[in-house]
Amino acid sequence: MNIQVSTPKTSALVLRVDGLSKQFEMHHLKRTLFAFENIQFELGEGEFILLKGENGAGKSTLLRTLYRSYLPRAGHVFYHTREGIIDLASAADVDIAMLRRREIGFVTQFLNARPRVAAEEVVAEPLRQAGTPHAQALVEARRWLDAFGVKKQLWAAYPSTFSGGEQQKVNLARALILPQRLLLLDEPTASLDRDARRALVDRLTELKAAGVAMIGVFHHPEDVADLIDREIHLKAIRVEDGER
Amino acid sequence: MTALNVDTPAVPKRQPPRLMLAEPIMTMRGISKSFGDVKALGGVDVTVYPGEVLGIVGESGSGKSTLLRMMNLEDTPDTGSYNLVLPGHQDRNLFDLDRFERRMLRAHHIGIVYQNPHLGLLMNHTSSGNVAERLLIAGNRNFAELRERARQSLAASEFPTERMDATPCELSGGMQQRVQLAKAIALEPAVLLLDEPTTGLDVSVQALVLDTLKRLQRDRAITMVLVSHDLGVIRTMADRVMVMRRGLVVEQGLADQIFQDPQHAYTQQLVHAEL
Ligand SMILES: Nc1ncnc2c1ncn2[C@@H]1O[C@H](COP(=O)(O)OP(=O)(O)OP(=O)(O)O)[C@@H](O)[C@H]1O
Ligand SMILES: Nc1ncnc2c1ncn2[C@@H]1O[C@H](COP(=O)(O)OP(=O)(O)OP(=O)(O)O)[C@@H](O)[C@H]1O
Ligand SMILES: [Mg+2]
Ligand SMILES: [Mg+2]
Repeated sequence: MNIQVSTPKTSALVLRVDGLSKQFEMHHLKRTLFAFENIQFELGEGEFILLKGENGAGKSTLLRTLYRSYLPRAGHVFYHTREGIIDLASAADVDIAMLRRREIGFVTQFLNARPRVAAEEVVAEPLRQAGTPHAQALVEARRWLDAFGVKKQLWAAYPSTFSGGEQQKVNLARALILPQRLLLLDEPTASLDRDARRALVDRLTELKAAGVAMIGVFHHPEDVADLIDREIHLKAIRVEDGER
Repeated sequence: MTALNVDTPAVPKRQPPRLMLAEPIMTMRGISKSFGDVKALGGVDVTVYPGEVLGIVGESGSGKSTLLRMMNLEDTPDTGSYNLVLPGHQDRNLFDLDRFERRMLRAHHIGIVYQNPHLGLLMNHTSSGNVAERLLIAGNRNFAELRERARQSLAASEFPTERMDATPCELSGGMQQRVQLAKAIALEPAVLLLDEPTTGLDVSVQALVLDTLKRLQRDRAITMVLVSHDLGVIRTMADRVMVMRRGLVVEQGLADQIFQDPQHAYTQQLVHAEL
């Protein structure tokens, strides 16, 4: 797998999270569920943070809050771009959407593909949206499907018929085809076979060298042992509040 | 209570700048409309950005179709303003336009697909004729060229063009929707309004229509406003979602946020009912 690798000059700041808190108001149950409170950390270019914690500790919730799939209750997520700093916690939806298209990626183990779109088209889509001509995007897409070990016979088929592992490989190829600036990873290796895990770690290694900042949860943390710069431990907050 | 250890100095507070400075293509402010005692819209604001799909959901009678008719300048609200950023158009409240100006603006810049094909199509004309009529309104008079452009538009909507001389009555519901779509996109509108475009279609036809829409959005950067009861359709299509109830917007946000972390009690109920 090749990508232009340029060593980052300095480890410029990508993310500064400050006092970030998240709770869920479950109106029908008249209940508030606290997921995490007052989280702070920094993440620089080319840095890799491993998120740890027991089931339900709030790891996925933190990643989704950074991505703004979840709305934070309080705190800031200062994201540094070349053009300036923007607080992802309060930025306009339209800006978040644009950043997601251009530089912030989210990788999970689940594929969310539209029906009746071929695997190679699913993978090529981010490139096409970035303006790459169709034919060229397809060549790239096939290269990545191959790298993650998706059988050639499946490239033109619909992922909705694929096995869980095959869907996951398609998902990874799609999520990683464009080099992002910030990657949020939620157990991308869960239920992958060894070769695909290796391919993923190779790609993450390249991206890290290219300066991509990453924070993620890994089912097999030993896979990414060489990449980890720091670890964050989350502990579940055992407070449930009935009052509002 | 801190669940975490990483030490960072306090951040000096500052106002984060808007980064992208995307300007809206459509702005509606304070739209209200009553029909007799029924308050269909109670002061609705809408902002749509170029190239995005804005999804609108909400219970029956919440005012979605009424709002779309306003966007299509078919109706005028009791109060409110409406602006579209279009090349060569000055900044003015579009509700001040007269009938003719509205017709022209609609013909050139807005396309609409109704849930009911009878509202969007002339049932006793051919399918190609339906599309050509749209081109005619925009001033095109050459018959051969009209027909050819109608054919292209039908093809772009994945309508089987060998059937372009059939009347809509002879076609299935899915094909009728594709004729409506062909008509709506014939003049490459800046804004495409879709009111339940896939309701009543079987799943495979629905997938085809959605695919066509996605392709149009990607290849031609058409901005879309999509009303649907089908949250699955909204989930696959919309970038942002607006939730309406009783003529008001109760919540809006990024599509994944609305589905994964709905804030309003009504949205939670709506989303959970589907799970
Ligand atoms: N959308 C949501 N609505 C309500 N509660 C939620 C939502 N998402 C997460 N939670 C709750 O937040 C808490 C943290 O969940 P989260 O999924 O972040 O844990 P996790 O650390 O990723 O766990 P795991 O290791 O099992 O993946 C849980 O109690 C969960 O039920
Ligand atoms: N021309 C009209 N004359 C009288 N009442 C109207 C008219 N148009 C709409 N209404 C009323 O305004 C309210 C909103 O209707 P609208 O068609 O906008 O709802 P909707 O959200 O599109 O509902 P649905 O999901 O059922 O299509 C309803 O109570 C409806 O009866
Ligand atoms: Mg999790
Ligand atoms: Mg309606």
